[in-house]
Amino acid sequence: MSDIPSTSAYDLSAAIEPEHRATFAVIVDNEPGVLHRVVGMFAARGYNIESLTVAETDHAAHTSRITIVTRGADHVLAQIKAQLEKMIQVRQVIDVGADDDGVERELALFKVAGAGAERIEALRVSEIFRAHVVDTTLTSFIFEITGAPSKIDKFERLMRPLGLVEVSRTGVLSITRGAERV
Amino acid sequence: MTVHQAIETETAAPAASELLLSGAETVVRALVDNGVEVLFGYPGGAVLPIYDALFHEPRLKHVLVRHEQGATHAAEGYARSTGKCGVVLVTSGPGATNAVTGIVDALMDSIPLVVITGQVPTALIGSDAFQECDTVGITRSATKHNVLIRDVNDLSRAMHEAFHIATSGRPGPVLIDIPKDVQFAKAPYQDKHEVKFAHAYAPKVDGDAARIAEAVEMIARARRPILYTGGGVINAGPGASQTLRDFAHATGAPVTSTLMGLGAFPQADPQWLGMVGMHGAYEANHAMHDCDVMICVGARFDDRVTGRLDAFSPGSKKIHIDIDPSSIGKIVRADVGIVGDAGRVLKAMLSVFQASGERRDPNQLKDWWAQIDQWRARNGFAYKPSSEIIKPQYAIQRLAALTKDRDVYITTEVGQHQMWAAQFFPFQEPNRWMTSGGLGTMGYGVPAAVGVQIAHPNSLVIDIAGEASVQMTMQEMSTAIQYDLPIKLFILNNEWMGMVRQWQQLLHGERYSHSYSESLPDFVKLAEAYGGVGIRCDKPDELDAKIMQMIDTPRPVIFDCRVAKTENCLPMIPSGKAHNDMLLGDMAAAEDIGSVIDDAGKRLV
Repeated sequence: MSDIPSTSAYDLSAAIEPEHRATFAVIVDNEPGVLHRVVGMFAARGYNIESLTVAETDHAAHTSRITIVTRGADHVLAQIKAQLEKMIQVRQVIDVGADDDGVERELALFKVAGAGAERIEALRVSEIFRAHVVDTTLTSFIFEITGAPSKIDKFERLMRPLGLVEVSRTGVLSITRGAERV
Repeated sequence: MTVHQAIETETAAPAASELLLSGAETVVRALVDNGVEVLFGYPGGAVLPIYDALFHEPRLKHVLVRHEQGATHAAEGYARSTGKCGVVLVTSGPGATNAVTGIVDALMDSIPLVVITGQVPTALIGSDAFQECDTVGITRSATKHNVLIRDVNDLSRAMHEAFHIATSGRPGPVLIDIPKDVQFAKAPYQDKHEVKFAHAYAPKVDGDAARIAEAVEMIARARRPILYTGGGVINAGPGASQTLRDFAHATGAPVTSTLMGLGAFPQADPQWLGMVGMHGAYEANHAMHDCDVMICVGARFDDRVTGRLDAFSPGSKKIHIDIDPSSIGKIVRADVGIVGDAGRVLKAMLSVFQASGERRDPNQLKDWWAQIDQWRARNGFAYKPSSEIIKPQYAIQRLAALTKDRDVYITTEVGQHQMWAAQFFPFQEPNRWMTSGGLGTMGYGVPAAVGVQIAHPNSLVIDIAGEASVQMTMQEMSTAIQYDLPIKLFILNNEWMGMVRQWQQLLHGERYSHSYSESLPDFVKLAEAYGGVGIRCDKPDELDAKIMQMIDTPRPVIFDCRVAKTENCLPMIPSGKAHNDMLLGDMAAAEDIGSVIDDAGKRLV
């Protein structure tokens, strides 16, 4: 084997570059197949999707907002943004993560089962995190929690030894602070 | 009545009667309104209403192909040779799936196409109906844009928008899928100028002035500049090719081009370096490697151009002009990226360059040209001539020489013959060279020649072909006969899939796995069977006379040119090597050609 590392265009991803997380808010025309188009582009070009949320947000303008959390090196993230903007149905792409005014929130439901001290501790921690109890039995709780994804990650870590059974997360929603609309 | 009143009544009249058109009639009317003269297609159950409407429309010429892939390539040939939009009409299911190869080909090479597919009636969608397929799902990543029309009221807008999207910005294929019931349903027809497009699509065509100034400053200071131009210059129209010539002459910079860009700059011009890339000119690749300022116009740093990326033009500042923002910085970092139309940006750069006192020192590029002359003297395209057998390079040189003063258009298939055509057939004008670059589709050339000949009935249209590729779409000979299109299939027949054989020799220890065609048709008899003329030639001294015979035959011709069987296409930048590490024809004879690529290179495509 040659000692020259392969640097063909086919091996671009092999280059070791620092990766980081990015959150893109994508405003799209709400028409059939638009989500497939966006997700398909990520799959076809080999980009990761860590989380994705979508819903119609402006009925009059017929637009939906897709929030995608992805990960990549700087030039990959720039390329993701450019490829999103290239789509005919995409009206705007906002790099929420890079924006100091960007707010990211997520909602999650946690089912925790247990008895005795662990059960009491789970309830106490949930109060610290301002989670709501949406269901309870004598042996379980369901907590509803909202916050930045990192807060939810931390809550999950704390619940795990206290009898965590199941987690359901919405994925990240995002918006920009201030009075202006996108 | 004043003129004003006359205009008012004229425009008001159709609105008052509010003419209702069926979906099928809407399609036909919208085609005419968008300046379409020719469409390529194949009928079937789900498009019969549109075919019925076509029956009554004398302004549209429909060309019946023999396979839907042929329709798409013919439309590409038509589009690329005229600058207009190509139009395809095919049925649902297999009609649509057969068209996919040509649609992706058009996407990769930025060719404007509008593809209309029939679909099963709306009520049957999703029921696995006869000849149903998820056409918009299948073609979502194969098109620039696609849409399924569920309501006939959306149809005229979608048709007009399709032409707008296909032909503006970075051109590409747009597909409209129309269920059969929508073709029958009626709605008021909306004129091209009165529709409001559904999407916010608005490509940027004018470059940023500050960046243009920055780029011009860089070019004015450059001591070793190079213009690296691509298909984007041709897509920007003949004016862009002219501006490229003016800009090159004003700056004195040498010009190279990608496969797709050949013809934008005249190859007879002393500033022309030859094609760049894997099988490009020695001088062009060396100049790309050693330049100090690279001006990339409408090209996209394809892997066939760059070779080994970390050794690609290491000492240069790169200016990248492209209408597609996602092209800039995708492969190679641009020092100055300018989003805009190639022609408009070049024009703006030219006026800034001329206003800024032009070049400071007339001798600024003297050393650079002296270096280029040394590379030129290396004669990278040299090959060993033969008086016994026809060398494929020689065949193309003779073809070029004998068609020099004619109005000639060249299409190709994909493989060695394609690269030899690019190396040895000089183009002086844009829109004369039709080839499948990005997708590399064997079988492109025959139907593309059909499309070109339809657009240019009195010109000489030649498909420079290989015997393997040409059989993929050979049935379009039948189309050529039907429409009296005197296309010439000039087949360099070496009985091998030549480029596969070459790679097996270079990279796979000369194990020629399934690359030899042990059985081939008799191409002369095949031509005759279709109703054309067959010519065979296997002697170099008979070649000129037989080429002349082909040129002078006013009917479709298949020319079976028997060439050297194991000739390699050189020069070549082997996989994993840099631009200044080329394998040349005369070197290859001297050394073991199988050992020039190292193990790391062998893993690459």
